[in-house]
Amino acid sequence: MSTETAARPLKFWQGVNQALVEEMDRDERVVLFGEDVARVGGPYGVTRGLLDRFGPERVRDTPISEALLVGLGTGAGAVGLRPVVEIMFFDFAMLAMDQIVNQAAKYRYFTGESMPLTIRTMCGAGGPNGAQHSQNFEAWFCSVPGLKVVMPSNAADAKGLLKSSIRDDDPTLFIETQGLLTVRAAIATEGEGLIPLGSASVRRAGDDVTVVAIGRMVDRALAAAETVAAEGISVEVIDPRTLSPIDYPTILESVSRTGRLVAATEATAPCGFAAEVCARAAEACHAELVAPPTRVCAPFINIPTPVPLAEARAPGADDVAAAIRGAVGKE
Amino acid sequence: MASSDQPDPAARYRLMRLSRRFEETVHEQFQADMVPGPLHLSIGQEAVAVGACAPLTDADSILSTHRGHHHCIAKGARPDRLMAELLGRADGYSHGRGGSMHIAVPSLGILGTNGIVGGGIPIATGAALGHQVSGSGAVALCFFGEGAAANGVLGEALNTAALWKLPLVFVCENNRYVELTPESVHVAGEIWRRAAGYGMPGETVDGNDVAAVESAAAAAVARARAGEGPTLIEATTYRWFGHYAGDKAAYRDDEEVSEGRRGDPLVRTRAGLDPAAADAADAAVEQTIAAALEFALASPIAGEDILTLGHYAEEVR
Repeated sequence: MSTETAARPLKFWQGVNQALVEEMDRDERVVLFGEDVARVGGPYGVTRGLLDRFGPERVRDTPISEALLVGLGTGAGAVGLRPVVEIMFFDFAMLAMDQIVNQAAKYRYFTGESMPLTIRTMCGAGGPNGAQHSQNFEAWFCSVPGLKVVMPSNAADAKGLLKSSIRDDDPTLFIETQGLLTVRAAIATEGEGLIPLGSASVRRAGDDVTVVAIGRMVDRALAAAETVAAEGISVEVIDPRTLSPIDYPTILESVSRTGRLVAATEATAPCGFAAEVCARAAEACHAELVAPPTRVCAPFINIPTPVPLAEARAPGADDVAAAIRGAVGKE
Repeated sequence: MASSDQPDPAARYRLMRLSRRFEETVHEQFQADMVPGPLHLSIGQEAVAVGACAPLTDADSILSTHRGHHHCIAKGARPDRLMAELLGRADGYSHGRGGSMHIAVPSLGILGTNGIVGGGIPIATGAALGHQVSGSGAVALCFFGEGAAANGVLGEALNTAALWKLPLVFVCENNRYVELTPESVHVAGEIWRRAAGYGMPGETVDGNDVAAVESAAAAAVARARAGEGPTLIEATTYRWFGHYAGDKAAYRDDEEVSEGRRGDPLVRTRAGLDPAAADAADAAVEQTIAAALEFALASPIAGEDILTLGHYAEEVR
């Protein structure tokens, strides 16, 4: 990679939009279906312009029928299209669990054929959305063989990983986060910007503590790392980006070197993604660990609607910093 | 299988006979403890599958159910590989690890039987959408039972299929039993009448009359190919056996079963054939079934080498 790549800061939603435009330009088999994705370009504008550019055959507003929506993608994927279906809020995936878990995820197992389906959804964390529009269910889907699960934390990753998800021959759940939609990151103005699935990003190098963070917790982990650096603690921040299959070699190499792990997600802690990362590190790096792996997660309570209350519930940079200090025995 | 313009009673009879003898044979294997999984027999319902699939080509898609051997055979699946699958053998369509509810032959348009009641309905709708978008002229046909009519996805699918004029034929195969209880426990009203609420044609046919089923299906498939949208057909028939092989079906009386079996679609179709031609069809079917069983029993029992096969396109660490 060249050291001087032209880039400009774009919002997360623009990264998603660019990925869709470029992939639909590149491959006419790529189609987009979902509630409100066509005429109004999505409730948050993520899919704006696609209907005009690609027409009503390939970009369709669907009725509010989430189970059917995923089945539309699976069936169309079975007969040659490469569908992208959008489930407006992650919470609504609960209505489509059979079609995701029992059908799309098992299509290759039963048939031996590809299932090039991308299911885009958005976690509502960061908005005034309340207990039925803000939940993080990523761990549930990571327990399902046959599915891939992607959760980008910034605009460039969103673009590169969505393009890879669309080109992938297996069903992929692609999780966006409302609180990140307008956050900017540099996106290369030339080239595909593809990011392979299953590849973690080391966002900050460090020696004392490894922090594995996903979604909105990545920026909070980076802020925490900056804070504790002033206290003399060197933190490595890893964003797995793809949660299943997860890049354990990168994570375990780091944990083996630092001997300390903090895993941070916005989900509740029980049986969550952070728990899984901690368990795997404990199994694989037992000899090197000098402190117990620690989770930073949301408390086991529901999500209130007003943003200040929801953010009071959500784990913050201060929670990550406290866990880092705990790992090095400084509090 | 190839489609044909003119109904061919001898060919339809032969295919129904093949399905019947296939299931009788696999049932015997089940009783001999040779089937490592559940079986849901469709005996008595053959006319629905054979009639509905008659207007279809390999390019057309079907979605089947937990009770779907007859659908697979009617759509052209090889009896030997189907038998191998049910017997847990390596040469089965899903390497012998799927069994009765997880059979798929995408090259023939068989996109799957299904372990989830109603699970195939959204996928059939998606296949129809795919055919519409690609402009291939192919159609999808969705088999489901009256039990699945109580499932929410049917309403979702009828609505969207009608809105988008999808090339889709809904075939409700009403065999009067939903698992272990009768239709009356499950279904309000008549299923085919729901079509009117969505602005699509609906009709009910005698599901034990293969010519009637074929006629209705052919008209619906023609509408679908012409871009005129979906049709809902309810074909009434009777499930001769229990919900699963081994279910003695003590929840219904002998008189009802005898009455139900009097509608045997094979007897009805055979009666219209030249007896010598019918005998020849029977003999040919026996040969096919014997060869299928021989093939299946000669195939290796599925081993642990297939446990990890086919979860992702590439090996995932």
